[in-house]
Amino acid sequence: MTDAPILTVTNLSVAYEDMRTSHTIIDGVSFTLRKGEILGIVGESGSGKSMTCRALIRLLPSSRLKVTGGSVQLEGGGDVLALTPREMTGVRGRRIGMIFQNPASHLDPVMSIGRQIAESIRHHRGIGRAEAWARMLDILRQVGIPDPESRANAYTHEFSGGMRQRAMIAVALACDPDILIADEPTTALDVTVQAQILRLLQQLRDERGLSIIFITHDLGVVYQLCDTVAVMYAGRVCEYGPKDEVIHRPRHHYTAGLIACQPSSEGGTGPVHTIPGQPPNPADMPAGCRFHPRCEAANALCAKLQPSLDEAEPSHACACHHPVGMRTEAKT
Amino acid sequence: MNAVAKLRMRGIRWPGRVTPLLLGAGILIAWLLIALLAPLLAPYDPIYQDAAVRLQPPSWAHPLGTDNFGRDILSRVIWAARIDLQIALFGVVFPFVIGTIAGSISGFFGGWVDTVFMRVIDVVLAFPFLVLMLAIITIIGPGLGSFYVAMALVGWVSYARLIRAQFLVLKSSDFAMAAVSLGYSNTRVMFRHIMPNAILSSVVFSMSDAVLVLLNGAAISYLGLGVQPPVAEWGIMIAEGQGFITTAWWITTFPGIAIVTLAMGFSLLADGLGEALGVRE
Repeated sequence: MTDAPILTVTNLSVAYEDMRTSHTIIDGVSFTLRKGEILGIVGESGSGKSMTCRALIRLLPSSRLKVTGGSVQLEGGGDVLALTPREMTGVRGRRIGMIFQNPASHLDPVMSIGRQIAESIRHHRGIGRAEAWARMLDILRQVGIPDPESRANAYTHEFSGGMRQRAMIAVALACDPDILIADEPTTALDVTVQAQILRLLQQLRDERGLSIIFITHDLGVVYQLCDTVAVMYAGRVCEYGPKDEVIHRPRHHYTAGLIACQPSSEGGTGPVHTIPGQPPNPADMPAGCRFHPRCEAANALCAKLQPSLDEAEPSHACACHHPVGMRTEAKT
Repeated sequence: MNAVAKLRMRGIRWPGRVTPLLLGAGILIAWLLIALLAPLLAPYDPIYQDAAVRLQPPSWAHPLGTDNFGRDILSRVIWAARIDLQIALFGVVFPFVIGTIAGSISGFFGGWVDTVFMRVIDVVLAFPFLVLMLAIITIIGPGLGSFYVAMALVGWVSYARLIRAQFLVLKSSDFAMAAVSLGYSNTRVMFRHIMPNAILSSVVFSMSDAVLVLLNGAAISYLGLGVQPPVAEWGIMIAEGQGFITTAWWITTFPGIAIVTLAMGFSLLADGLGEALGVRE
């Protein structure tokens, strides 16, 4: 990992707009991705982690979702949000690749795996059929698909779940992107296969210097894989910092709550800790800190003033008026 | 031990369930061979009139009998296979191509393009199928060529609607979105990824459509607007023989059986393809 940022997201906001209403779904999300870094974005369903990444490559799932502010600076590519649709096709795949949770539905069912990968190679590099086919076999080997010569002619439905995910990674890698966005790529897989895919991603980072944004709701996976973590709640980043800092010394009460929810092997037989309440509805966001109705440390200030994402310590940012472990200092 | 198991013991593999796909394909191939080998198979010239053998019932000399002009029915049924297969082919291909292009453009782009196509389709559908066909053929003039033109002008709507519906579903599918995320252009996603998926149901439909086209062709010829006498075509043969149905049943019955078997071949193939390709109708 080097210090040169490859992707800088500043104050990214996305809103759902129809004729009558406008709800902010993503509110001022900022983070930086450096070359060769694996950034984990954690949060529960609906916290806006997938939506943030869709906004990065401008593939929001509905025309009613609009980016309402912010910038996405891609190293050597300018502001992604300001590109024309034509320029955008040069960024997608070539600079920023994406893999998804469900490879079964994200791969073309009637085209063989090998042809899908070869198509991607030819499209981005403009090389001949035979050469593309040879490179495709290389990539299949790299992602750990055994016997690529014969498996290349197989179709999606002939692959197992883990192999499909490898195939999808291969399709994305075929364009040789600088950044890979992985949207819960291991959620649908069983634990052993999940571990293999995580190892594969790590290996790709080490060998190619690939920068990865890894979206997940599994803190265990983050701990295994990531260098940096951004925790999202209700469309905002509430804590952002190096993995060890965030996991071992969480500042935000939401992060602390999430960590406490993890069942542990030594934890005995008591009930698993839960965070009371429900995440808020985007149409009816609480004022102030969005987590305050569920937060045990909340007071009147939290209900009024939205905390900003401050760097309490170098490189460890937290959006909380009463950070965990600092409560006593704040009072005195 | 039953017979099948005994055969297996001797190393002879009993063919599994005879699938509709194989049966349909078999019937079609049989008719195709008959059409191709017509000069060899037909015992007589299909349009040669022999007044000496008018209205003969089936016999060794004329296995399927003769008609009121003394023409051999077997020879006419065999030669007619050429015309009828051609009708089924061209009557399907033109609507298929036009409908697929129109439907994919309509479904992919949506908006006002879609609205325009859909209103045109509504207009075409507002007329009864056969009435519109007859009107077009009457304007252009009777003949097979006019039949194909009319088929193309009227038949494309079913394909267009089918393809459009598929496109509407598939364009918001995950793999189409994933293809866009790889930096592919709209046209590439549309033709390389959505089209091969969307077209399956049309291919299946085209097989059952061939049945309708075949019957239509026969109906149009029966009405004197398609194939012109004395060319042998099953529809005409039935039309010509209907006056003798009580006295010489063989004139109409055998071409009728020919139409039914060919149509059955197409239906079975359609079912089989649908099953094999996983398309639900």
